[in-house]
Amino acid sequence: MSKDILIAARDLSVHFPLRGLVFGERPVVRACEGINIEIEKGSFFGLVGESGSGKTTLGRAMLKAAPISHGEIVYSDHEVTYDLASLKGPELKDYRKRSQLIFQDPYAALSPRMTVRDIIAEPLEVMGLTSSREETDARVREIAAKCRLNLEHLRRFPHAFSGGQRQRISIARALVSGPNFIVADESVAALDVSIQADVLNLLNSIQQESGITFLFISHDLSVIAHTCDFVAVMYLGQIVESAPTSKLFSETSHPYTKALLSAIPSLDPDDQHVAQKLEGEIPSPINPPPGCRFNTRCPHAQERCRTEVPEWREMSSRHHVACHFSEELA
Amino acid sequence: MTSPLISVKNLTLRFRTDEGLVTAVNDVSFDIAPGEVLGLVGESGSGKSVTAKALMMLNAENSVYDDNSQITLRLDDEEIDVLSLKRPRDQMVIRGGAISMIFQEPMASFAPAISIGDQMIEQLLIHSDMTPAQAKEVSIEMLERVGIPEPAHRFKQYAFEFSGGMRQRAMIAMALSTKPRLLIADEPTTALDVTIQAQVIELMKDLVDEFHMSILFITHDLGVIAQTADRVAVMYLGNLVETGTVRQVINTPAHPYTRGLLNSLPKLDDLDAPLTPVPGDIPSPLDRPSGCVFHTRCVETGGIAEKCRTQIPGYTTDSSNHQVACHLATQEDQS
Repeated sequence: MSKDILIAARDLSVHFPLRGLVFGERPVVRACEGINIEIEKGSFFGLVGESGSGKTTLGRAMLKAAPISHGEIVYSDHEVTYDLASLKGPELKDYRKRSQLIFQDPYAALSPRMTVRDIIAEPLEVMGLTSSREETDARVREIAAKCRLNLEHLRRFPHAFSGGQRQRISIARALVSGPNFIVADESVAALDVSIQADVLNLLNSIQQESGITFLFISHDLSVIAHTCDFVAVMYLGQIVESAPTSKLFSETSHPYTKALLSAIPSLDPDDQHVAQKLEGEIPSPINPPPGCRFNTRCPHAQERCRTEVPEWREMSSRHHVACHFSEELA
Repeated sequence: MTSPLISVKNLTLRFRTDEGLVTAVNDVSFDIAPGEVLGLVGESGSGKSVTAKALMMLNAENSVYDDNSQITLRLDDEEIDVLSLKRPRDQMVIRGGAISMIFQEPMASFAPAISIGDQMIEQLLIHSDMTPAQAKEVSIEMLERVGIPEPAHRFKQYAFEFSGGMRQRAMIAMALSTKPRLLIADEPTTALDVTIQAQVIELMKDLVDEFHMSILFITHDLGVIAQTADRVAVMYLGNLVETGTVRQVINTPAHPYTRGLLNSLPKLDDLDAPLTPVPGDIPSPLDRPSGCVFHTRCVETGGIAEKCRTQIPGYTTDSSNHQVACHLATQEDQS
């Protein structure tokens, strides 16, 4: 493909073996199975799904923070190309500089015993990116200013900050090593709506200024819709649909995506549309249903869905879906 | 109009702390009619939960109610002055009797070492004169009513064996089995996934119709409010800034804070609309701003900023009972 792909997963699976034996076999949690995604350079890639769908595991695998059981993840910027499965030693250290993670809970992610300056400077010191204290300070100040933290803030400890400010500190820490790729895992889920918009705007402006590629993980489709240019929908360890954001909303093809969209409560009190109800809850990833994994909750499931795994196929340009009947249901 | 089920008048609540008295709720008044769903909206720290807990006298020992505060609960034949109930024995009528509460985190609300069934029976035995056998029967019926499969089997299980959505259903079943007149739902869907949230909201709507009870629905999600509530009250830093019907508040918000909240929400029908955050953070309740509590973050003060800093805005009410506490609204009235 001619597009500039920064990081791509091909047929990726992440399995976690459990303790104990069941019928002589070790049960395995299939957190991700057969994932194919490509993230373009400078894009804001959204990953959406319910809790337990494996979105965080996929995000961590992209950072080589979860074991890759099968398939490959290839990272390639203009300087280096890494195959994450076999990455180790100095190359892995180098990859750590190029990729960063912003956590969900800004209250738990910051050490209460370090000043904000030390928190933001730590990656620089650990990775040996700066040679003198003056250089470190200059870099910290520059990044802090970008995240709208002033010099006064740098001297304080995290407890003195509100949720939105703490999340800005986490963002500054992720940016300080100058990464090309950032995974933002539910980074606004713990914030109030009024603050959430502020953090989303900050992430967007950082992305536009510096061209950093984001993998934005969220359970909230309306947040994803607003920030991301490309969306992948995950269900029980598999990607069921992926498309550019506007296409995903206008030409929704997978019944699960449709259900997610219709479950978002409308702001209009006169909107009488009834949420397309999904029965039951997400099944266990230890024992996923055969055939299409969504068949136990799908309102359109037929015999074929229970036996045959749907193929990952292209509906139109850059719009992929895994459903036997997406043409009929469209 | 029928008389309201519960009336809250001038509720002011402070907490004694090491740093002095902290005002959590300031002069809040509202009514809930029988069968009505009142949505209470606001950011974290705005005093929503403290207000709700005051209705059941559930706030911690260090809470101080102001002398003017009054909460009146009207049952069929009597009026109960809630704040005068001092002994736990007297409080039984509001705690689990006429009022039940559902909490945000269903895992934390069940005792982990007692089966779900035993917990349901326990409260029925306290609040009614059923025999244990009858209580068990009623409990299993309620579990079935909220859509838990195999209720008789589930009845014997423990909270950890339930999934998140199922725990919240069990919580609802438990709260409703004593047939309360008022249900307080404190962020009941916040910890749930959207698909499960849709199930729980639908269930709650059905149950309101069926049991004809009132609900005080606390949430920070205006979308959930739009779909469930009849009337909405918006809180900011312990003050009620706007109340009205759900259509009034969402379609024609009168307070700058309500407008700010609505503008900061991502909208699905217009993906390119910019998100406008409410600038700044909610101030510390230890250090409440003078005048209008919202003036530090308000972007609409315009020419009357001085007035906002010094004078506390009173409530303006229009003909259809849409109340707002803002100097801008008073000005419009005069002009």
